[in-house]
Amino acid sequence: MASTPILKPVPAVEPDPGPVPVPELSRTRPKRRSPLKLLLWLALLAATAVFVYPLVWLVSASFKPQSEVFDNRLFPQTPTLANYVEIWNAAPLALWMGNTVLVTVLAAVAVTLSSSMVAWGFAYYRFRGRNALFFLVLATMMLPGAVTLIPTFLIWNALGQVGTLTPLWAGNLFGSAFYIFLLRQFFLGVPRQIFEAARTDGANDWQLFRHFALPLCKPALIVTLLFEAQAAWTDLMRPLIYLRDSSTFTVPRGLKAMVDQFGFAGNWHWELIVTASVITTLPMIVMFFIGQRHFIEGVATTGLKG
Amino acid sequence: MDTARTYRLRKRNRRQTRNALLFISPWILGFLVFTLWPILYSGYLSLTDYDVLNDPNFVGLENYRQLGEDPRVLLSLRNTMFYAALSVPLHIGIALLLAMLLMRARRATGFFRTVFYLPNMTPPVAVGILLLLLFNGHNGLVNAVLGFVGIPGPDWTTDSTWIKPGLVLMSLWTLGGSTIILLAALNNVPRDLYDAALVDGAGPLRRFTSVTVPMISGTLFFLVIVNTIAALQSFTEAYTAYFGAGNGTYSNDAALFYVIYLFRQAFEYLNMGFASAMAWLLFAIIMVITAIQYVVGRKLVFYEGEDGG
Repeated sequence: MASTPILKPVPAVEPDPGPVPVPELSRTRPKRRSPLKLLLWLALLAATAVFVYPLVWLVSASFKPQSEVFDNRLFPQTPTLANYVEIWNAAPLALWMGNTVLVTVLAAVAVTLSSSMVAWGFAYYRFRGRNALFFLVLATMMLPGAVTLIPTFLIWNALGQVGTLTPLWAGNLFGSAFYIFLLRQFFLGVPRQIFEAARTDGANDWQLFRHFALPLCKPALIVTLLFEAQAAWTDLMRPLIYLRDSSTFTVPRGLKAMVDQFGFAGNWHWELIVTASVITTLPMIVMFFIGQRHFIEGVATTGLKG
Repeated sequence: MDTARTYRLRKRNRRQTRNALLFISPWILGFLVFTLWPILYSGYLSLTDYDVLNDPNFVGLENYRQLGEDPRVLLSLRNTMFYAALSVPLHIGIALLLAMLLMRARRATGFFRTVFYLPNMTPPVAVGILLLLLFNGHNGLVNAVLGFVGIPGPDWTTDSTWIKPGLVLMSLWTLGGSTIILLAALNNVPRDLYDAALVDGAGPLRRFTSVTVPMISGTLFFLVIVNTIAALQSFTEAYTAYFGAGNGTYSNDAALFYVIYLFRQAFEYLNMGFASAMAWLLFAIIMVITAIQYVVGRKLVFYEGEDGG
């Protein structure tokens, strides 16, 4: 597809009017009051500590032997990899990771493909009943998950899929209201002339969607992929409902099983739980740093619809 | 040329509806199978006794009558309300404060914004575990810090009075998302409004109440509604920390949220009919609360373009 991006939504370029003489009252003020500014930075640093330190604590504790897990030291006194070795032997971690990666990829790809198709149907076409139908899409967002929880379980049960990974992602093949809304907004933001031009050049409906609409909305597609990947990776309730055998567990489900076994059932091995928590969390942190800009911008746009 | 174009256009119009429906068909199918049918069937199940193994046994409104008689339904409802009433205002208030601080951090805003969002990437299961460890009454970090400033911390994870406050405090750890949303809203407030207010002699507090709050009230309203609905359905953190497979041994009634109790009724005790009735009660409660918030919000929210200013 090297030849597609001939057409890009070019922002209307206006002649640069040069620096506008804005009275910069708010910008000069903090300079004059430096004690307030110091307070500002102290508050921001304190907040940073509160947000980051628990994660630092967790990683640090995972390198401590059992007797030191709760010593609240920043650096382990006797750093050890023993917890990682032991957890590798105690639980089928590789299997759980594999399951989770599979579910995450399938869930994210499925929801992105289906939601973008549906969003395109609502954004580009004009047909009778469109607004009513779209209202229905938005209305489903208001429905608490608890209402559909049990019948949905019964559907997968009837299909013989309880105990498999299918119920954790297959529902995403039908689009998801939130992403449909997000992607539709994005499609609507593309100047319609681009699609009219492509149409005149002979693109059919599918080509229009596949070769023009989708490439133009890549940022929104990435946001959808990332958001859903996070949701799928971190989900606990559905794995609790659908997975029975520990060989089918996802990592969060496995982590919960460890809490039950090592934390409360008399086996006090919190160092293993801490280590498993790090292993569960780390992929999300890595994903965040790779897709940071998309995450932050995605979250920021979420609120602007309000 | 012209006739060809008209022909194409007419053909296009004829096909538009069909093609639109083709694109939308995944959602329509999903809506029918995974939303509409479940709603109807859940309504039916709520009128039956059903344990998955045997056929549903119609019992009329019996489940709904039992909702009022089961003390745990009331208890879990009270727990959930308490949690929502405490966590939502704190969550939004602190997020707003942080967003306003971030506005003044200039070039460092991007850095702090990223850092504040980091906890939101932590899986809720891990948040539940962090809650148990950090808030541990004997050797947890929270009490260590409290002790440092001379406050004897309570047994957050075992004392029934302190379990919910502990859950609330832990939930505040993940308010970075709301902070980012509010920051975006604050950035959208036109600068000249502040300058005008300054010229009119408005102090910082007055500028906050007369410019900032009205201009971001739409976003605040959105956050209140979304966070309330989420808080009323909170499950994973409390379930991880206080309930599980070896249930009974460490389950704690003080942490029994409504959806946790619903989950246990449905999938641990297999009382699917009763759990369905619980789901409908929750739906009704969420609807009523959202409606109240909507009515109140419509009076308070300032929308640009309305006369006023």
